[in-house]
Amino acid sequence: MLKLDTEKKEHNFSYTSVKNAMEKVILDPSQKARIKVRNLNFSYGEKQALKNISLDIYEKKVTAIIGPSGCGKSTFIRILNRMSDFTLSSKVEGEILLDGKDIFSKDFSPVELRKKVGMVFQKPNPFPKSIIENIAYGLKINGVKDKHKIEEKVIKSLKRAALYEEIKNRINESALGLSGGQQQRLCIARCIAIEPEVILFDEPCASLDPISTAKIEELILELKNYYTIVIVTHNMQQALRVSDYTAFFLMGELIEFNETKKIFENPSDKRTEDYITGRFG
Amino acid sequence: MSIKSENFREKAIEYTLFILSLSAIIFLAGIIFTLIKEAIPAFKEIGFFKMLLSKDWYPTYDPPDFGILPLMAGTMVVTVIALLISIPLGLACAIYISELAGKREKVFLKPFIELLSSIPSVVYGFWGIVFLAPAIQKYFDIPSGYCAITSGIVLGIMSAPIIASLSEDSLNYVPKSFKEAAFALGSNKFETLMNVTIPAAASGIITSIILGTGRIIGETMVVLMLSGGAAIMPTSALEPVRPMTSAIAAEMGEAAFKTLHYYSLFAIALILFAITFVLNMLAEKISKKYRIKLGSSR
Ligand SMILES: Nc1ncnc2c1ncn2[C@@H]1O[C@H](COP(=O)(O)OP(=O)(O)OP(=O)(O)O)[C@@H](O)[C@H]1O
Ligand SMILES: [Mg+2]
Repeated sequence: MLKLDTEKKEHNFSYTSVKNAMEKVILDPSQKARIKVRNLNFSYGEKQALKNISLDIYEKKVTAIIGPSGCGKSTFIRILNRMSDFTLSSKVEGEILLDGKDIFSKDFSPVELRKKVGMVFQKPNPFPKSIIENIAYGLKINGVKDKHKIEEKVIKSLKRAALYEEIKNRINESALGLSGGQQQRLCIARCIAIEPEVILFDEPCASLDPISTAKIEELILELKNYYTIVIVTHNMQQALRVSDYTAFFLMGELIEFNETKKIFENPSDKRTEDYITGRFG
Repeated sequence: MSIKSENFREKAIEYTLFILSLSAIIFLAGIIFTLIKEAIPAFKEIGFFKMLLSKDWYPTYDPPDFGILPLMAGTMVVTVIALLISIPLGLACAIYISELAGKREKVFLKPFIELLSSIPSVVYGFWGIVFLAPAIQKYFDIPSGYCAITSGIVLGIMSAPIIASLSEDSLNYVPKSFKEAAFALGSNKFETLMNVTIPAAASGIITSIILGTGRIIGETMVVLMLSGGAAIMPTSALEPVRPMTSAIAAEMGEAAFKTLHYYSLFAIALILFAITFVLNMLAEKISKKYRIKLGSSR
């Protein structure tokens, strides 16, 4: 694993010293970084999927990851909560710090990491159980035993995920009976019930209709008040609407990272501009 | 070739296949017909309930007794012992292979399990005679090692691969997204397995157990070789028993053609057939339900 002198870096740079495209990755020293990614490489067997990625994820901000299909967006966010561990014969190199602690170190268990860094998947994946059990599950494995406490938290999470009003009369029914958009909000509720600090969204609206999408976007803006958020999206408009920072990936490389406004109004790399204006990808 | 003859060829193939598949049904119907036809005289003469509920099976005495309760009890004891072994063994194998084993272990273990289930039952029987029966006799200090527990253990070991292989399939069939959801919530491997993977595969697992049970009940060679053969009501697992299949196999050769003894063996066969038929239907029903349930969430 590559070790970097990250302490030093924090004080005297606003650019990372990544080999190429370094001037395109602009870190914001005024923000508090929850996650610091440094020189991250990842490969599936022989195939390198991420090359030398360095960026920061800021506290209570939304960071969007954009880029054409196959550029490594999912690969990237799945490393942030070590879901990538389940990919056979994959290799990670580099450093990811969550609040200064190396997530790959021996004394940081992936199970603990995932309790802090939750994830919502592209396709809604509720368990084939009732709505209430879906959310209670995470609470139970986190040691909450008291029935009233569980119910209280279930309702709180459903409310926070803007789902409660719609389904309050059927929380004992199967979650598979919900619409796609409702299922996705249930997955969000399930994720926030265990009180993570960071939430990773991998194209959460990819399988949803425009109205459900609007609801989820609204929800993400609301959740930003409590959580640090990373969202992968194919939708430029969505990135613009919900995110504060945007990272543009291309063929496994981070081409540009900056404030969303800057990326969309005045990108520093020609490739970013081409992608945003729809000239490729 | 002209379009017409091409068409004809296709039709010909279609009909041939149809007739061949129909023949399976015809054979089944033929078997059922024979069973019923040859069993009816027994039920008529002895009485259905008397046969089912009486505790004496002395078909060659004078006057003979045709109560099959001890035979059914024998089958039952042996089956329960076998299931006590094959369910934990089979499920443990299935879970290990599908959830815990690495790629290389999987490549080795799966064909190995399949190989185990293809060993002829007479070989298992031999192993029981040479190794297990003497060991059981010594360990429990009983007059003979040929008893319910011996054949139960061998049947259990024999049917474990079936349960393992079918359960493993159904565990594999659980969508990855369920497991990912559980892991992303901070579940460890064990919690994911117990709370998500196994419940989602439950119907498949139950089906595998039912099919395994059917296999145990219908198995003949092992029980013939190892059960001891006494047609009495068993009071413990250490007593010799005479399960239904072994009674048929042992007595069919000596029962005179078209005698009451002969007919009553057919009656046993019919009951056996009914039991395995119901078990198979049950398995089919459960696995169908299972497919639909997961289908909607894929
Ligand atoms: N399990 C895997 N094994 C091997 N290669 C993989 C695997 N998963 C992804 N890849 C490859 O890694 C590269 C990055 O994939 P990734 O899924 O991260 O892309 P993405 O940016 O999320 O694309 P999309 O927008 O289509 O979801 C792709 O070339 C892909 O083919
Ligand atoms: Mg993706």
